Amino acid sequence: MSENASQNLWTVIGKSEEFASDLGVCIKIEDEQIAIFKLAGEKEWYATQNLCPHNKRMVLSRGLTGDLNGEPKITCPLHKRSFSVNSGECLTDSDTGCLKTYPIKEDDGKLLIQFS
Amino acid sequence: MSKENVIVIGNGMVGCKFLAAMLQKDTEQRFNLITFCEEPRPAYDRVHLSEYFSGKTSDDLTLQPIDWYTDNGITIHLEDKAVEIDRESKVVRSAKGIEVRYDTLVLATGSSPFVPPVPGIEKEGVFVYRTIEDLEGMMEHAKVASKAAVIGGGLLGLEAAKATQDLGLESHVVEFASRLMPRQVDDAGGATLKDIIESRGLTVHLNKATTEILGDEKVSGMSFKDGSTLDVDMIVVSAGIRPRDELARKCGLEVGPRGGVVVNEQLRTSDPSVFAIGEVALYNNIIYGLVAPGYNMADIVATQITGGDAKFIGADMSTKLKLIGTDVASFGNIEANEPHQNIVLTDPIKGTYKRLITSQDGKRLIGGILIGDADAYGTLLQMTLNEIELPEDPIQLILPADSGSTPAFGPAALPDSAQICSCENVSKGDICSAIESGATTLPALKKCTKAGTGCGGCVPLVTNLLNHTLKELGQEINTDLCEHFSHTRQGLYEIVRATGINTFDTLLEEHGNGGNGCEICKPAVGSILASIHNDKVIAPRNRKLQDTNDRFLANIQKDGTYSVVPRIPGGEITPDKLIVIGEVAKEYGLYTKITGGQRIDLFGAKVNDLPAIWQKLIDAGFESGHAYGKALRTVKSCVGSTWCRFGVQDSTSLAIEVENRYKGIRAPHKIKSAVSGCTRECAEAQSKDFGIITTEKGWNLYLGGNGGMKPRHADLFASDLDKETLITYIDRYLMFYIKTADKLQRTSVWLDSLQGGIEHLRDVIIKDSLGICEELDQQMQHLVDTYHCEWKDAIEDPEKLKRFRHFGNSEESDPTIRHSLEREQIRPANEEELAKL
Ligand code: SRM
Ligand SMILES: Cc1cc2nc3c(=O)[nH]c(=O)nc-3n(C[C@H](O)[C@H](O)[C@H](O)COP(=O)(O)OP(=O)(O)OC[C@H]3O[C@@H](n4cnc5c(N)ncnc54)[C@H](O)[C@@H]3O)c2cc1C
Ligand code: SF4
Ligand code: FES
Repeated sequence: MSENASQNLWTVIGKSEEFASDLGVCIKIEDEQIAIFKLAGEKEWYATQNLCPHNKRMVLSRGLTGDLNGEPKITCPLHKRSFSVNSGECLTDSDTGCLKTYPIKEDDGKLLIQFS
Repeated sequence: MSKENVIVIGNGMVGCKFLAAMLQKDTEQRFNLITFCEEPRPAYDRVHLSEYFSGKTSDDLTLQPIDWYTDNGITIHLEDKAVEIDRESKVVRSAKGIEVRYDTLVLATGSSPFVPPVPGIEKEGVFVYRTIEDLEGMMEHAKVASKAAVIGGGLLGLEAAKATQDLGLESHVVEFASRLMPRQVDDAGGATLKDIIESRGLTVHLNKATTEILGDEKVSGMSFKDGSTLDVDMIVVSAGIRPRDELARKCGLEVGPRGGVVVNEQLRTSDPSVFAIGEVALYNNIIYGLVAPGYNMADIVATQITGGDAKFIGADMSTKLKLIGTDVASFGNIEANEPHQNIVLTDPIKGTYKRLITSQDGKRLIGGILIGDADAYGTLLQMTLNEIELPEDPIQLILPADSGSTPAFGPAALPDSAQICSCENVSKGDICSAIESGATTLPALKKCTKAGTGCGGCVPLVTNLLNHTLKELGQEINTDLCEHFSHTRQGLYEIVRATGINTFDTLLEEHGNGGNGCEICKPAVGSILASIHNDKVIAPRNRKLQDTNDRFLANIQKDGTYSVVPRIPGGEITPDKLIVIGEVAKEYGLYTKITGGQRIDLFGAKVNDLPAIWQKLIDAGFESGHAYGKALRTVKSCVGSTWCRFGVQDSTSLAIEVENRYKGIRAPHKIKSAVSGCTRECAEAQSKDFGIITTEKGWNLYLGGNGGMKPRHADLFASDLDKETLITYIDRYLMFYIKTADKLQRTSVWLDSLQGGIEHLRDVIIKDSLGICEELDQQMQHLVDTYHCEWKDAIEDPEKLKRFRHFGNSEESDPTIRHSLEREQIRPANEEELAKL
């Protein structure tokens, strides 16, 4: 597999320094709203859908990040449901749907996301 | 086979207990249960009757809801008094004309207050203290009264006196004997008790025989045998109880010379098919005026009726009570007639008196009295009942806990058969096995064993036993904030204060368990940092700790928009400012509403519009209302003496001053206040975390009130204060709360969980018992001096303003937000409407 071919799928979303290291940020790509988080740990950057599957509002980027038994997570500001930012799975309620997650990486001071 | 009828006359505490015991024991359903209840409601908890004044409702006090009776097939004749027992034909007749045949009859008619035949005792304003109706009458009358006297300085009398004080009245206790609680304590104990009670603002009159109640129709005073008089406009009589044996007398059952239905060991009266239990029963010439023996009797009779065997052998009359915030306990035999020795410990400064009565050889405890500090009660009672050998130096048992004395005796020393809860007859073995089978919290334990649900006196011992057993089982009691910090909020507060740490990351690194934190610890630490350093909540180093409301300085709404609440101190606002609010709302298309807190809320603001909205409000002189923070919300006011014809002082000015003093201060939870200009209380100050009510002489301060999910009436903390003292007390109260409360704990819950309650608070705030007042004063002054409007900071700082955007890569608003119109204003579109788009 050629490196270039897979790199083509990565979209640059900005300079990584523009993303505050401790706050979620929502970005818009085409018509999609994506929440970007940076958490201290093995893997630093995470990207998920901004829509909370519970009441379907565009709010996740404004939630609090944290971890549950080591699993990095985002907690929705509206009703405090928590989701793994790795798998997108809901960690607090069994009947709330999953988040879509996006591969994201930092390269040469830029933040790139795989968006399809 | 047809069922046998069991009739219970009287549905009080003991009657109700009897019915419950029957349901439990009558496994083959052989009996029909019928009860006559003279009162308008089924049995309620008389022991905790006084809590009716502190906000408990009759529903809260009810022992079993009415459905319980019907669901279990019990026929209850409410508000119907039994008026005749026909023993010949075994029939009971009621006032409403009902006639029921019985196979077995149980008298549980209780007792009534003894009212001495003093001339004038029938006057309006004289009360007894036994039923909810009595208390309702007192509350009504207290509105027009100012000075109350209680006749009788026994247990109940002192409780009634406290109640009149809580009703806002000047309170006097009039006792015929030469000491208070003549039946429970000795002279020295009585003197200590008098000192304590007088220090709480009640006046005690000893050796006073009341000869007449003065006044025309209404009480205006009382005169005494020694020629003196006392002006009062309310009297509560608490001069002892009389068994309600009138029905028994009428039908020829044997009664005692001083009243009470005579019963034998089986609790049968002189007619073998009639039992008597509770406060009406006279066993061995004793009336047991406590619930525990009554409950025991109920159980014994139910056992016999259902075919078992049980005998009553008398009961222990030990009691522990809280009187006017002071622990008073007596246990065992305090009128020891066998040879004995006394160990007495008095501390007039602390206000404690403790006396142990031991056997002549000092090996066994016979009884004792504890006043002012009864922490050792559970232990000492168990030692007495179980005849446990005393340690060599028994005085250790009553030394104050902080004197370094090692407790000579823990729950481990008790035999499994030791009765821990006498009201519900629960043994140590019962409790331990419940813990082992999973009841590992106090509420769970209470629920499954019922221990501690009666008088509550054993709760400390049960807690002790719980913690002890958990430890033995290798379980720790988890009070950690969350997985990231093995500390309580109070613990973290002290760490931050002591170390000066001012960032979350440092705290997590040095005192936490690693990881990233979470939605529980981040805001909690943010609040602690703000309370201690008055650090800006949106300063870069704090911003990640704030949930969305504190992060955007606004309250998130269901559709992801925010609300804007400018401060309107005391609810007072000029027409010009009203116009500005209107203009801003129009310009940004906001929904406006008057809140329940006397101010105006503007809803539906998009996150990227917040700075511009606030710029306009700040230019017009508004400040942040902190509706988003765990901080002071509003200080409600009434118009007070400025406009109102009844106003006594200027409540509006004080409300504005108080709101401006405490605005912005961060706390474990939100804080609300109100100031009312007279006792009509239009500002509802008694439902606030701290409330102020004007009096002729100054201000009354009420603490620990709450509306919301579990309303609580505030407690009167101090009366007739001048403004300076008032503010000092509030400063210390708030600071002490901030220092010691748990996360998200309102002052009401905090106060209820505070050992010693409001009295302890008085000691800390007024008497400086912990020696921290100076520190509290300084910390509060620091917070007041460093106040800043968070919105003003935000709009002056371009860096911070950058954050008020919906997208990191576009200036657009969130395109998914949709509104609909209702009553000419916007509201979030509902799911149906959204689906149609
Ligand atoms: C706007 C308002 C209702 C209204 O339309 O009038 C309101 C709205 C909210 N209340 Fe309230 N409460 C409002 C007055 C009250 C009152 C009445 C009062 O203050 O006199 C009470 C009862 C009094 C009390 O607190 O003791 C009240 C008891 C609560 C509670 C229950 C608190 C409790 O201790 O039980 C909550 C939940 C909580 O805080 O955990 C709550 C929580 C909320 C929240 C913050 C719920 C939420 O997280 O979204 C609401 C959002 C406020 C916003 O968006 O601005 N609100 N809330 C009132 C704003 C008052 C103000 O000017 O600041
Ligand atoms: C304010 C207060 C505080 C107390 N504190 C404590 C405490 O801390 N610890 C403690 O152990 N005890 C305490 N007591 C005492 C305790 O409440 C009583 O011991 C207990 O209620 C007795 O129960 P009982 O069922 O025998 O009588 P009650 O509870 O008085 O019930 C008797 C019921 O029978 C009804 N009745 C009477 N005659 C008839 C009739 N002919 N027909 C139909 N109904 C009838 C009465 O109306 C009443 O409802 C306190 C009492 C009061 C008033
Ligand atoms: S009562 Fe409930 S719905 Fe109404 S404002 Fe308060 S929190 Fe919201
Ligand atoms: S909308 Fe996210 S938890 Fe309810």
